[in-house]
Amino acid sequence: MEWFDPSVISGSLPEFWRGLWMTVQLTVFSLAVGFALAIPLSVARVSRNPWVSRPISAYTYFFRGTPMLVQLLLIYYGVGQSEWMQQQWESGNSFWLLFRDAYFCTMLAFSLNTCAYQLEMFAGAIRNVPHGEVEAAEAMGMTRYTVLRRIVLPSALRRAIPPLSNEVILMLQGSAIASAVTLVDLTGAARNVYSRHYAPFEAFIFAGLLYLAVTFVLVGLFRFAESHWLAHLQPRSASAQKD
Amino acid sequence: MTVKANNELLRVDDLHKQYGDNEVLKGVSLTAHSGDVISIIGSSGSGKSTWLRCINFLEQPTSGKIIVAGEEIKMLAGSKDALKVADPRQLQKIRTRLSMVFQHFNLWGHMTVLQNVIEAPIHVLGLSKKDAMERAERYLERVGVWKFRDTYPAHLSGGQQQRVAIARALAMEPEALLFDEPTSALDPELVGEVLKVMRSIAEEGRTMLVVTHEMGFAREVSNHVIFVHQGRVEERGHPREVLTRPNSERLQQFLSGNLK
Repeated sequence: MEWFDPSVISGSLPEFWRGLWMTVQLTVFSLAVGFALAIPLSVARVSRNPWVSRPISAYTYFFRGTPMLVQLLLIYYGVGQSEWMQQQWESGNSFWLLFRDAYFCTMLAFSLNTCAYQLEMFAGAIRNVPHGEVEAAEAMGMTRYTVLRRIVLPSALRRAIPPLSNEVILMLQGSAIASAVTLVDLTGAARNVYSRHYAPFEAFIFAGLLYLAVTFVLVGLFRFAESHWLAHLQPRSASAQKD
Repeated sequence: MTVKANNELLRVDDLHKQYGDNEVLKGVSLTAHSGDVISIIGSSGSGKSTWLRCINFLEQPTSGKIIVAGEEIKMLAGSKDALKVADPRQLQKIRTRLSMVFQHFNLWGHMTVLQNVIEAPIHVLGLSKKDAMERAERYLERVGVWKFRDTYPAHLSGGQQQRVAIARALAMEPEALLFDEPTSALDPELVGEVLKVMRSIAEEGRTMLVVTHEMGFAREVSNHVIFVHQGRVEERGHPREVLTRPNSERLQQFLSGNLK
């Protein structure tokens, strides 16, 4: 096979692994931060008080309405254009210096983006919690906080698992845009291998296979999560008998 | 007949409820003593369910008094037609003493039968898991659904779900049980099993307020019947009196439509 030379791949394996590791870090970290922020924000999103819900709605409107690449470029290149920011950098303020770091900016952009999507998913699931279940909890004397913690969120988060699995896979694949701000993720590594060897098939097919493998692992994890946490929505099992 | 202690457990005084221009309850009152089984009957839209739901503040009355075991629920003027509770913690405490069973069961879908029954005893009453499990075992056994303890509600029939809901209410060991049309959402062949359970817990001397369409239950199990019509109490008294010799034309019509 002239068009496919496996030695290109085997000779660049360490490079691929480093890229894959970067991709996994970006994906896992931003999903985790987004998730942690999305839970409280989704509760605020469904608040009846417009002063609470409107700002969050504006945030999700922006982050879901614009491409993640634009958000990333805006944070990495745009923020540094401000004179105020440049002054902070000159004075050596260690917090604002983070905005010169591609890794930090990518994590920030990805986290804010996935948080917006996750929080709207959770908010939708919270709105779909059967009203009778909330009423039953209140009638038992639960406080609003207990109803939220024990009934509403556990019920909503379980039902959010299937849409969340889509978001996780989209984030994995969307993380390929990190290479636009100098980070060498899996896509970036493949591009480097390609330009060094002029071997597009080898580089990109192998990168694609690695993405595919991670996707399979994620799908398997979500299958497991669904069978564990969504058993109450599955069709009647053999354990239910007539009396 | 069991001897009934003459202590007043629940009193509702001149309760009104208004939705906009529509007055659903036009001043209704009742008193329940310990061990009373009171059936509230009436046609759909008469306000009987609203009345029951106002007692534990699932609906906010427009005016009136609710006194549970001598403790009056403190209310404030709220928005438009509704009062609101002055002290949410007082209401939460009172709600633990009045457990409710709903028409649509309202079991928590993501929890198994056992988890449904131990949930409020642990997270509201503060029982240890071990004590809550003992209670749950006792009451699930009592209503005949112990063998379904690890099943999710969606995998049970309506009658089984309602019996779980009754066990969940009993596990709070409340002073009174409120039943809001507990058999209305059931298939006809499942009504019997739920009524049987309700009858047997009534025979234990528990105080029950039952909004129902089941005239047989009202006649045979309760010691007091209240007939509600268009937001007013039209007739009340012992079931033998009220249901066999109704005074008002309304109740006569209602019963002739019901007693086939």
